[in-house]
Amino acid sequence: MSERLKPEPLPRRDFLGLAGLWSAAVAIGGSLIGMSRLPKPSVLPEAGRRFRIGRPEDFPDGTEEILTAEKVLVRSGPQGIAAISLVCTHLGCIVSRESAGFGCPCHGSAFGQNGEVGGGPAPRGLRWLEVSRGVDGRLVVDADREVAPGTWCQV
Amino acid sequence: MATSGTQGLRENLRDLPRNFRDSMIRHEPPVSDRSRSQAVFTNLFLHIHSTRTHVRTLSASATFGLGVAALSFFAILTGTGIALMVYYTPSTDLAYQSIKDLHYVVPTGRLIRNIHRWGAHLMVLAVMLHMCRVFYTASYKAPREFNWVAGMGLFILTLALSFTGYLLPWDQLAYWAVTIGANIAASPRELTDALGITEVFDPGGFQKELLLGASEVGQQALTRFYLLHVIVLPLALAVLLGVHFWRIRKDGGLGHPGQTHNAAGKGVEETEAKRPDAEPQKSYGLMAIVGGTSSATDDEPGTTVPSWPFALRAELLVFMACTLICVALGMAFDAPLKEIANPGVPENPAKAPWYFLGLQEMVSYSAFMGGLVVPAVTVLGLALIPYLDREPEEAGVYLGGARSPRVAWQSALFGFVLSVAAVAVPVNFGWLRSWFPDVSQLVVIFVNPGSLLMAAYAAWSLGVLARTGSTRKSAIALFTCFVVGFLVLTVVATFFRGPNWEFHWSQATWPAH
Ligand code: HEM
Ligand code: FES
Repeated sequence: MSERLKPEPLPRRDFLGLAGLWSAAVAIGGSLIGMSRLPKPSVLPEAGRRFRIGRPEDFPDGTEEILTAEKVLVRSGPQGIAAISLVCTHLGCIVSRESAGFGCPCHGSAFGQNGEVGGGPAPRGLRWLEVSRGVDGRLVVDADREVAPGTWCQV
Repeated sequence: MATSGTQGLRENLRDLPRNFRDSMIRHEPPVSDRSRSQAVFTNLFLHIHSTRTHVRTLSASATFGLGVAALSFFAILTGTGIALMVYYTPSTDLAYQSIKDLHYVVPTGRLIRNIHRWGAHLMVLAVMLHMCRVFYTASYKAPREFNWVAGMGLFILTLALSFTGYLLPWDQLAYWAVTIGANIAASPRELTDALGITEVFDPGGFQKELLLGASEVGQQALTRFYLLHVIVLPLALAVLLGVHFWRIRKDGGLGHPGQTHNAAGKGVEETEAKRPDAEPQKSYGLMAIVGGTSSATDDEPGTTVPSWPFALRAELLVFMACTLICVALGMAFDAPLKEIANPGVPENPAKAPWYFLGLQEMVSYSAFMGGLVVPAVTVLGLALIPYLDREPEEAGVYLGGARSPRVAWQSALFGFVLSVAAVAVPVNFGWLRSWFPDVSQLVVIFVNPGSLLMAAYAAWSLGVLARTGSTRKSAIALFTCFVVGFLVLTVVATFFRGPNWEFHWSQATWPAH
């Protein structure tokens, strides 16, 4: 009872004005937050990063081959076959094969024969990628699937 | 009636040009001080000036015209940029070819492209020098703190504009510089990987994806960079420029000796023009007495001059000089265009534009520290300067205050020796990994020449604070160290880094390939 008789703390006009202002602000802010979801793609546009590299016979035991377009080195040995990514783990340049292992032209990272860090700014060794055999019998490398370094895939 | 009707129409037609002009222009012909001031006062584009300008702020050494130069380059870039957009096509298949067309086929295309490229370099240079002049004249002090922060925003936007523009030609230089830049955005992974939490918390990957719209630099990235470069960033820059200029005006014009501010540090209100310490502002009273070299609102007579012609003339002069430099450089030197982007073969060495080379040098120790943490801390530190150093000091005097020049020289020397050491030690003796091959990645991230250099500069600045008890001198120490360090790293990365980022005294000793 006494509560109701008290003078309004906030004049009615001010209250309505503020309410209008805040609902407008919330509406605009809410829409903007909703829209900010837009630039983050939910599906990456690349058509998948699996690629066929050839038949097992193309990679005889004890050889290695650099596939420039795919940016991998395919190495084949008695234990199986392995694909080492040639993308430098520092900032993404393409490393080149050197006698001691791999070297990066951009900031001089050095990697050993199996891609382990040997020097320079690279925070980790080169990625080893999964190799599998496709339905048509050809080998498939999946650049999105990393395996532990030293893993030879049996195909 | 009919005759007088046609008569009237004929008169209206005859007077149309004059009436149209009178309706468009609100002031009298600019033939006297009074009508020119009226023009400055009533014209939308001119009224960013007050009607009168303090003479001290017009002397060449007060500003070296650097802010106006930055603005001029921005205007030149906008004009030439629109011209380039006529032909440029933001598609990975066509971009390179359209630049080639611009360069070799389109009439005047090559010159316009060259001017755009030179203008971009010069704008970055002008903004950096402008920032130095504002700093060393203590012009960031109250009431101008916020305008310094707005200026930092402009600085970042300027760099972002030039970074996004760099990708557009889609040549080797562009592709690899942006690949590296995007991976710097992803470099928090260095830390999250070392801690083993990337699976659950991956801010680096998020940033990279936002920037590229994909996991590699491709069409999505080109679209995004184009959008940022031609619409988002220039608009943001233009709006922020408006704020910047508005604040100059509201903060009482450019800082100059003899200027006083009220305790709250607020700029001079228009209606307060009659306050004894107020700078002359536009006011109706002022309009009537605007002739001559002084105005009644000015406490020291003879210190202000009409903005038209004095300030406008100076600005026009700077603009013309900037245009001339751009055109001359554009005629003499072609903007580079390498081979078309090849994602399989990096440029060697792949160098960013000069103003990012200092960063690239630090990135070659650790991408995360050198590429993100050091720049972020630097930008934050710069932005906070006016709030950390609030000592009153007269604005507009270079290194005013006893012993400030000495602090600056000592800091320059300190900054030089340490930054040279930060390059020389790793070049000659290697770094942690060469000494302790099994050292933990976390140590490599945090203990590297770049972060040590930053820490040493901070320590030096705190030392100056302890020694002199002056936050201004401490700020001078820090700022000077950073400027010198930036210069040294930039020079090293520009001239002394060759293939594989190896150190070479001259390009002649680069291995042939
Ligand atoms: C796009 C970049 C920029 C443009 C076009 C620009 C333009 C200008 C102009 C025309 C002036 C008038 C005085 C002069 O010419 O020196 C000015 C003053 C000023 N600028 Fe900038 N500026 C830019 C960036 C910056 C940056 C990076 C900072 C510092 C972080 C900054 C801080 C200031 C301050 C504090 C003033 C007032 C100085 C005084 O009162 O003496 N500006 N700016
Ligand atoms: S990208 Fe390989 S060392 Fe930097």
